[in-house]
Amino acid sequence: MSAWTATGRLVRLALRRDRVVLPIWLASICGLIGVVVAAETSLYQDADQRAAGAAFGAANTITRIADGPASGTSIGALSFVESYLVLAVFVALMSGQAVVRHTRLEEETGRAEIIGSSVVGRNARLSAAVIVAVSASLLVGLASAAFLMGNGLPAGGSWVAGAALAGTGIAFAGVAAVAAQVATSQRGANGIVGLALGLSFVLRAVGDAGGHVAPNGVELVSAWPSWLSPMGWGQQMRPYYQDNWGIAALFVVFAALLVVVAFRLSGRRDLGAGLIADRAGRATADRGLLRPWGLAWRLQRVPLLWWALGLAVIGAAMGSVGTSLDDFEEASPQFTAMLREQFPGAELVDVYAAFIMGFLGIAAAGYTVSALLRMRAEEHSGRLEPLLATATDRRGWLASHAAIAMGGTVAVLVAMGASGGVAYLAAGGTWSGAMGYVGAATAQIPAVLALGAFVVAVFAIAPRRSVAVAWAALAASFVAGQLGDMLKLPQAALNVSPFTHVPAIPAEPFGFLPIACLLAATAILAAFAAVAFRKRDLSIPA
Amino acid sequence: MNEAIGVEGLVKNYGSTLALDGLDLHVSEGEIHGFLGPNGAGKSTTIRVLLGLLRHDAGEARVLGGDPWADSVALHRRLAYVPGDVNLWPTLTGGEAIDLLASLRGGIDPVLRDDLVERFQLDPRKRCSTYSKGNRQKVAIVAAFASDVELYLLDEPTSGLDPLMEAVFQDVVRERAAEGRTILLSSHILAEAEALCDRISIIRNGRVVESGSLEAMRHLTRTSIHVHTERPITGLAGRAGIHDLEVDDEGAEFEVDGHLIGDVVADLSRFGILMITCTPPTLEDLFLRHYGDELEPVAAGTGNAS
Repeated sequence: MSAWTATGRLVRLALRRDRVVLPIWLASICGLIGVVVAAETSLYQDADQRAAGAAFGAANTITRIADGPASGTSIGALSFVESYLVLAVFVALMSGQAVVRHTRLEEETGRAEIIGSSVVGRNARLSAAVIVAVSASLLVGLASAAFLMGNGLPAGGSWVAGAALAGTGIAFAGVAAVAAQVATSQRGANGIVGLALGLSFVLRAVGDAGGHVAPNGVELVSAWPSWLSPMGWGQQMRPYYQDNWGIAALFVVFAALLVVVAFRLSGRRDLGAGLIADRAGRATADRGLLRPWGLAWRLQRVPLLWWALGLAVIGAAMGSVGTSLDDFEEASPQFTAMLREQFPGAELVDVYAAFIMGFLGIAAAGYTVSALLRMRAEEHSGRLEPLLATATDRRGWLASHAAIAMGGTVAVLVAMGASGGVAYLAAGGTWSGAMGYVGAATAQIPAVLALGAFVVAVFAIAPRRSVAVAWAALAASFVAGQLGDMLKLPQAALNVSPFTHVPAIPAEPFGFLPIACLLAATAILAAFAAVAFRKRDLSIPA
Repeated sequence: MNEAIGVEGLVKNYGSTLALDGLDLHVSEGEIHGFLGPNGAGKSTTIRVLLGLLRHDAGEARVLGGDPWADSVALHRRLAYVPGDVNLWPTLTGGEAIDLLASLRGGIDPVLRDDLVERFQLDPRKRCSTYSKGNRQKVAIVAAFASDVELYLLDEPTSGLDPLMEAVFQDVVRERAAEGRTILLSSHILAEAEALCDRISIIRNGRVVESGSLEAMRHLTRTSIHVHTERPITGLAGRAGIHDLEVDDEGAEFEVDGHLIGDVVADLSRFGILMITCTPPTLEDLFLRHYGDELEPVAAGTGNAS
């Protein structure tokens, strides 16, 4: 028996387990590419506008940080620059999480022990996980290239764009392989991958911000820190402009080195152990923990902090662009015309604030849904059972998690709006413009709360389906509420989303009635959930 | 004596699966009651109904005089529960989990808690994610016994404990029972039930098939007797209540119904007893008597193969 015996069978096992999640990633990534290409095509009517857009992207520090290095004026290049960072995050998470899922999670749950005691080589598990993640990344690259060509873009550049995405996935498969050896839990390993992703973003942001505009005026030459980041490599491949195939080798070498390190580490440690030792904690509980609310806060506070921080940073980035809107109008009259068309007579800065915060409202709703689904995780894992066998009231438990998630939603949205406003002020904007960001963000609160109350109600009556229904509801709200106008959906479909009913403050006046209706819907759904949850069986794994 | 648990004709369906099929269970105050049956017989479902975590479809259930569904919070202050499969919050330490569970129940005695942590040799400073199954089980056991309650519902509490810890567990259960508290101990470890329980209920396919004290149950079943006599035994063959008889010139081996032991031994004394051993049925014998038909096809299958 070699160290790799049964790798093939473990690959098949992993593919079977991922038969739903990987296709979803693939479809999401291709769908996003389609949206971006369509948007860019409709945004730029002619070569002059494309040239202006590229010149703006190369010169403006904010777009350098948010999008990356401008690479010429072709529609393919503009689309790639616009979308690569988001797609790269998707591919990296898909690939990294797949590796962690089939290595560290297997050890954490004890499944690796059962598998390991059969005729399976010592390196088979890690090898199978890396093979699955690398194959999935290659498939994403192939599918995106095909999809880009299908959208009428040149074949050469499309293959380079696909290779950049595949390479990003492969690089983060390597990162995850090491992370899975270092951390002792799935959560910890995914955290390390996320941290690496963040570092990768920051390095290339520093490099791009510190770069200089090439003589042709439509290319940004990045500074050296961009070359330290896998995301930077993907951008430097510059599809539809220079088609730098050679850079793809960097991904392969980087991933291969990390995988070798992961095998070395794996050979030196015991099953289930990590390299970061667990330190001893408290022998007795803090007084604050000893109530249902204390426990819920303890479980919810860390994700809340990260969401608030992340959305505040994005809010600030968006706010700081607000003062350069006039330059942007020159570069892309099409986009600003589309904005103005929606709210005739309003100031462009106000329209922009309402538009941006409307999109970020969906991101905040992502926090709300994930925080509320923590309740389902508690129930499904069997941790709720001993808790409700104490003198803890069911409604009190439900209220503790729901209130923290809802309060957290308000905090996240206010933080996002405030940081947007402060950044706008810092960039030389006016007070009234800054207050517009705060108003636009807080206007999202009733819509997000109504969606949250719907999720609580679903959890209260149909726990087993709650996870799927909750995320589907968020996706439907996004499509109908934020994209509905652009997709020209009928009004009846738009009305499904709570976000459709939010007044577009500050571009529109404050409307009392829709806000009151959304809050009333929230209260009714929450009351219904409290009653229904008291009446149902606990859904416990047998 | 008052009833701590009174269940009559309990029915629970999971969709089309019938989990409890008219279950009766009576536990008096102050007794240690064994609740025996294999996996899937309905033990955990019964206990979850008694905790008000599941709703029953028919029948009656009373716990400490109250309705387990409607009065669940008030009742939970007076009882403690140890699940068979303990899952804890990975980021909390064992000590935090103990304090949390016990204080949500209504209060914790810190002296008692520290004493139990020491007796069960648990390191309360470790995070729950690093505990083995046995250690997670200990956390739930310590949290339950550190609470001052009238009733303990223990669902296979010792799965995963080593024999030393099993002995500590039995000591603690006896101490609590001596203080007049009631314990319902669901188990499939028969030695544990035999060592601890005053009364036993055997559950099968969602019904209790036998209930009573171990002595009473033994009385209802057969005792095996092995005897050596001075003179060859006559007159046993064909007699009512005698089973599996083997007689030779020096004595006999057979099984006899529990209520006939006295008569049979009196008869045997006529042949001059040199040596006699009476072996009462073990709990395992009792148990297998109710589940024997499930084992037979397996045994027959093995026989055919050889």
